[in-house]
Formats: sequence, C-alpha cells, structure tokens
Amino acid sequence: MQQREYQRIKEQVWFDTLENGLAIYVVPKKGFYKSTAVFATKYGGSDRRFKLGGKWHDTPAGVAHFLEHKMFDKKDVNVMQQFSALGASPNAFTSSGVTAYHFECTENFEENLRILLKFVTEPYFTEESVAKEQGIIAQEIRMIEDNPQFVVYRNLMQALYAENPIRDSVAGTVESIARISAQTLYYCHEAFYTPSNMVLCAAGDIDPERVREIAEEVLPGEKKETAERDYGKSESPLPLENRKEVKMEVGVPIFIAGAKLESRLTGQERQRQELVGDFAINLFLGKSSPLYARLYAEGLINNTFYGGTSFFPDGAVAVFGGESRDPDAVFSAVAEEAKKFVAEGPERKFFERLKRAALGEEIRGLNSMYGICTRRIPGHFEGFDPFKSIDILDEITIEDAVSFIADSFKPEKLAISLVRPSK
Amino acid sequence: MDTVCGKEIMPQVFLTTVRTDKFKTGCLSINLCLQLDRREAAKNALLPQVLLRGCGRYPDMQSLSAALDELYGARVEPLVRKKGEVHCIGLYSDFVDDAFVSEGEMLLERVTELMGQLLLFPATKAGLFNSDYVKSERENLANRIRARINDKQQYALCRLKELMCEGEPYAVDALGEKPEDALKITPISLTKHYREILETARIEIFYCGSAETNRVEIAVKNALEALPRAEGEFVQPFTEVKMTTGEVRHFSESLDVTQGKLAVGFRLGEIMKKPDLASLLVFNALYGGSVTSKLFLNVRERLSLCYYASSQIERHKGILIVASGIEIEKYEEALAEILRQLELIKQGDVSDGELSNARKTIMTDLRSVMDSQFLLENFYLSQAIDSLTYSPDVLAELIRGVTKEDILAVANSIRLDSVYFLKNAEGSR
Repeated sequence: MQQREYQRIKEQVWFDTLENGLAIYVVPKKGFYKSTAVFATKYGGSDRRFKLGGKWHDTPAGVAHFLEHKMFDKKDVNVMQQFSALGASPNAFTSSGVTAYHFECTENFEENLRILLKFVTEPYFTEESVAKEQGIIAQEIRMIEDNPQFVVYRNLMQALYAENPIRDSVAGTVESIARISAQTLYYCHEAFYTPSNMVLCAAGDIDPERVREIAEEVLPGEKKETAERDYGKSESPLPLENRKEVKMEVGVPIFIAGAKLESRLTGQERQRQELVGDFAINLFLGKSSPLYARLYAEGLINNTFYGGTSFFPDGAVAVFGGESRDPDAVFSAVAEEAKKFVAEGPERKFFERLKRAALGEEIRGLNSMYGICTRRIPGHFEGFDPFKSIDILDEITIEDAVSFIADSFKPEKLAISLVRPSK
Repeated sequence: MDTVCGKEIMPQVFLTTVRTDKFKTGCLSINLCLQLDRREAAKNALLPQVLLRGCGRYPDMQSLSAALDELYGARVEPLVRKKGEVHCIGLYSDFVDDAFVSEGEMLLERVTELMGQLLLFPATKAGLFNSDYVKSERENLANRIRARINDKQQYALCRLKELMCEGEPYAVDALGEKPEDALKITPISLTKHYREILETARIEIFYCGSAETNRVEIAVKNALEALPRAEGEFVQPFTEVKMTTGEVRHFSESLDVTQGKLAVGFRLGEIMKKPDLASLLVFNALYGGSVTSKLFLNVRERLSLCYYASSQIERHKGILIVASGIEIEKYEEALAEILRQLELIKQGDVSDGELSNARKTIMTDLRSVMDSQFLLENFYLSQAIDSLTYSPDVLAELIRGVTKEDILAVANSIRLDSVYFLKNAEGSR
C-alpha cells in the first residue's frame, strides 16, 4: 500500500486500489479503543435514471434507501446479530449520492470487516421480505414527513430546481416505494454495488495491510462496468419558484433560503469551492459577523441560525436559515447586507481571525474517526484529498470570499422556504 | 489515560482531570450542581445563555466571538442538564491542543481564564445583568420551550415524564416548565439568583487533554480566584427515588401527526435501594437499549409493529422508559408486546447469547466514551452526582461480571407506572 504523511495535522493515510477497482483508505489512530470502517457505493437517492448494458433504466424514487434497509436481511443469518455478537454497532445511511454501511467496534475489527464486506456485496431479496419492508419504510417516510426540518429543506430544493432529483426525498414516497420489487433491488444492486463503484475507508488502531488483504480475500476479483447516470437537463441559475410556504405543528416559524451555485466543480476544484463557500458564508453571516450580531440583537434570529454550502449529484447550493419570528425580515436583511459586503468587503483583521478559527475547526474535526472516514467518501468519488483542506484554507483570499457572496447572494437567485405554525 | 477524580481545589469546587495525548483538542467544563425545582428551573436554564452574551472584558457577542476566533476557534457552549433531580448548568469549552499551534500560545490558560471571566464577571449595568441580554435570552428560552413540540419523539418522552412524575421535581424539564416561566424572569430576579447560587452551589470542573493535572489546577484556580464561597452553607442537591403506588395511569393527547408516539414509563422499584449500575445498564441493553434487544428484534423486526422501539434508563431517578413510534391503530398490540417482552425477562427467558450481546453493547459504548471528550465529560459528571469515582474502563470490567440472576433481579423489581400515547386528532382512541 502507498502511504502519505501530513506533518501539520499529525495524520497519515495508507491507500491502494485493488484489481477489481475498489479504492481503500486507512487512517491509523494510535491510542483509540474504537475503530471504524465505512464501505460506500456511489449510489444514492438521486441515481434513478441510469444506463447499463447499453440500455437506459428508470427506477422509482427511494430504491437506494430501500436497498440499504434490505441489505441487512439475509437468508439464514441476522447481520445485526453477527455484528453485535462481535461487539460492533453497525449502521448505514443513504444520501442523494451515496449509500454507506459502517460499523464501529472496540474488538474483533478484522472479523467485523469481513462481515461488512460480505453482507453489502451479497444480496438476498424475496417478494415477501420486500413487502414487509414496504410497511417499515412507509412508517419511516411518514415520520420524516412529520419533521419540519426535513420539509423546509425539501421545499427549498423544490423551489430552486426544476428537474434535479434532489427535489424528491431520498426515501421516496409511500407510493413510489410500493412500486419496488425484489427484481428492482437485484438489478440496482448489480448496477451499483460493484467494487469499482465503491470505496472502503477505515480508521483506528489497526493494521492497514490487513484491511487490504481482507478486502482482496472477501470481495469478487473481476472488474465490472459502472453505470452512467442522468440527473435531468441542466438547470437555469434562477429558482423555479421564489417562495414556498407550508403550515405544520411547530412552535416558532422555521425557514431556509438559498441559491444554486452556478458551476458545480469537481476534483480539487470542488474541494476548494466548498471550502471557499463555507468560509465566505461564515464571514458574511456566521456567528462572529456584524450581520449575525445585528439580527440577533434585534431578536430576529437565535442560535439555530446557520449558513453553508451543500453538494449533491449534479448540483450544489448555498443556504442559510433557522428559527425566526419573522423569516422574511431576516431574508431581506441578508439580501441587503450582501450588497454592502460585496461593495465594501470584510475587514482584514476579521478575515485573518476567522482564518485561525477555520483552522481550529479543521483540526477539531480530526478527533472523529467516523468523520475522517465519511469525508473520504466524497473525496474519493470526486477526486480530492480531505487532509489537504487545511492547506487550501490558508490560500483563500478576501477576493475569493467576496466573489463567492457576489455570485450566490444575488436577490434574483434566492428562494425561501418557510414552515409556519398551524395555530 | 491518567485520571484524577474529584479533587477539592476550593471549598466545594471539585476538579476531575483526564490526561491523554490522543485528542487534537482539550476540553474544560464548569458545572454548577443545583437542586431541580420548578420555581428555579427556567432561571437556571437561562443563566448560561445570558453569561455567554458577554462579560466585562468582552461586553457583547461580537467581541466575545472575536476573542474565541483569535483562540483558534475555541468554543464555549452552554450546558443545561438534568441528572435525576440535580440540575447541572454551566459552560463547556473545547479548543485546539497546544501541539497544533505555535509555541507559547498557552491556549489552555487563555481559554480557562476566559471561562472564569464569563462565569464571574458578566456584562452588567448598575450591578444587574444587562437587561437587553436578559430580555432577548428569556425570549429565546421561551421559544425553545415552545419548540419542544417540534420533535414529537422527544415531546412524547417529555410529556410522559411530566405526567408520570407529577408533583416530583423530576417532572420539571431542564429548560423549565412553561414559556411563561422564562418570560417572567427579570434582570433583578436573575441577578439575585445568580449571586446566590454562585456562592452556595457545589461546582464540578472537568478537563480532558494533554496538559498535566497540576497545570490545569493552577489555571482553574487562577481563573476562579474571585469565586465567592459561602461559609459552610453549601446546597447538596439530591434525587428522591420513588416507588410505584396504585393503578397504572393512562394518558393520551392529540396532535396533527401521522405516526403515533407511545411512551411507557416504569419505576425500577426496590432495586434502587442499592442500585448496581452495571446490572441496570446490561438489563437495559437486553430489553430495549440495543439493536439486539428484545424490543428491537420482536416489536420492530419480527412483528413490524413500529418504526422504532427502544428503552432507556434514568439511573439517578430509577426510571425506565420505552419509546416507540407506531401506526395509530396498532396501539394496543404494540403496548401489549412491549409489556410481554419485559414479562418474558422476568420469567427468566434470557439466553446466554442475548446476555453476552447486551454486555458487549455496553462495553462498546463505554470504550466509545473513552474516545470522546464530550462523552467523558458527561460520564464523569454522572459519576460525581452519584458519588462514584470509577472510570469507564472499570465499569466495563464490572459489566463483564453481570449474570442472568442480576438481570432477573432488576426485571422483577420493575413496575409499570404510566403509559402516554400521542395520536392524531381523528384517531379512534
């Protein structure tokens, strides 16, 4: 395996790609009791239309998430119990672009790793078990739809995008998942759960070479075709609608507003775009900014107020939001302040101070092994090295930040989504 | 990890330190341990929020944020926790370890000093808390109390505790009971309360990071030099553990929800007279606190009666709560199954496999605690509240020794107390 040292953050990475195309990253962490492994496929809620074997396929919303649930079901064994018997806690998540399976354990790392690799790559579905899962996931979907945080975010995506699948819930709807059969699952598993479309990241007090050996032993050796995807036509930089408002049982109104990023970059450029975006937004409306202090003093925002970027397949947004008694007043104030920020720029001393803070934040993030592993997933699929973030941060200039805000906080590009109390 | 527990560095001020190089950050918390009381809960909860608005040296949020940014993005967060009927409020800070900044930055000393400033020298006008800060923070607190209803899962648990423990301090939420409790706080009443508790509260301080205990102790003593201490008049907060008396009580409420929330409250009973933490934890993991628990495998997986069903133990108060999200019409079935699974344990239906899975879950949890500064802080505060000093490592060893008999003893001591069901407005019940 190859090895890379990062003196400044006192970390190292071991990495390799197997013949079957699987990429492996291992971050050794001395002195920790816990170790973790994340096994992820580049397949999420947005991957609904894809080309495989020369043919385009359309699948219902929610298959990736449904598949994630069903992978834990096996003919004769209970995966959860296998892990648990070895002291590991397994879990999984599905986002718009990724499905990831992971475990944490404090002993038997190698055996747990075998179970992880095996259960994710060996499908077993029956019509009965699919029907049963439809009941469970329908419950989950209802629960998500009762959650105002979910609704307010999804509605913003629906306001911003005309076609991008980010408009729909990763879990799908009760109706869309009813159209999933065992065959759909087998097909999508075959299309996306192939090692060349996957990445394995591990961290802990573990032997990197053993991780490689085990992956080579457990997984199939041949390299297979990966599916081409279609996320719909390219989108206008302007929102589809400027405003979406619903009523739910919340105590205080909540809102999210934001805009599409015009170019969604890849590779190290995407890493830089995200770092610049998050840093610029923090400079503009983060907790230390003059705008935050003013809105807070006026009682328009509370400490739920936040801003940042979010990346997903074929798109990215800059957003801000939180709870507010008067979301429209916050929205106008932000749009107004953006003009001033662009015209005058932030103070240099403030900019330098926030650099120190951002540096501290990057270092703090390295306490979490799970965080280290999950940051590697987009890093690998999109071609960047998360451990270089700290060096990229150093190079961000005031001009970078100002031009980001100038591009993404233009009034005509912004949309707002609100959830107001029903009583 | 070198751990020093509960060293009394000033009258009724106890310092616990965990020295280790494995984290990239250091953390420091200061907790005032108070008696949970409905008349004072909102004031207690408001206090850290007002303190974080500014101190004499950094009188507003912007200058305070600037100071924290300068300290490489050190964070100071409010702490408001309920440990049984002990209300713990204070400040939590974490900051980059010295190894990652230029030599001589002395971040530990500077952050500790800042914490002392925030706690002891708040921004005041004519000796009272800044009234703008009090007003806006009491409004925020009232909103947070109102917002409890947003998360239906948590709301159901909160309502069950209120109804089940009516008349006991435990019924009071850590934020206070009603929005009005927050709104009626004035700069005068808050200042008076603050002065009083600063003098009489028992204080628990926790540090975890690469610094030697001695260095931490000096930094803390310097930072808290001006802390007023009462002469022998300290408040020792405690929790009253009650037994179930009389009939099981049933409560239900209607809200606009599509999924019903069931919360079932039990009292741990006689076993709490001499509670064994290890047995309680293993029992809980086996019954409903893990993915190999009886509730998870039966109520959720085998019978598909719910989306989630899990149990939790409040070790200080001696309460067990089962929380479940269910379809509204499955109320009876789900409740019956939840109770039946407990009954099975009482009758001895506990396999070696289940017991060893439960032990492993807890041991894993405990080792995870040792890998997280925030969890360590919480662990040692709970230990301090129960006057225990052993480490997560030692507790893991105790877990190894828990037997089936220990589990049955816990199960057979448990009594159902109250059932709470949150359903939709059109529900048949």
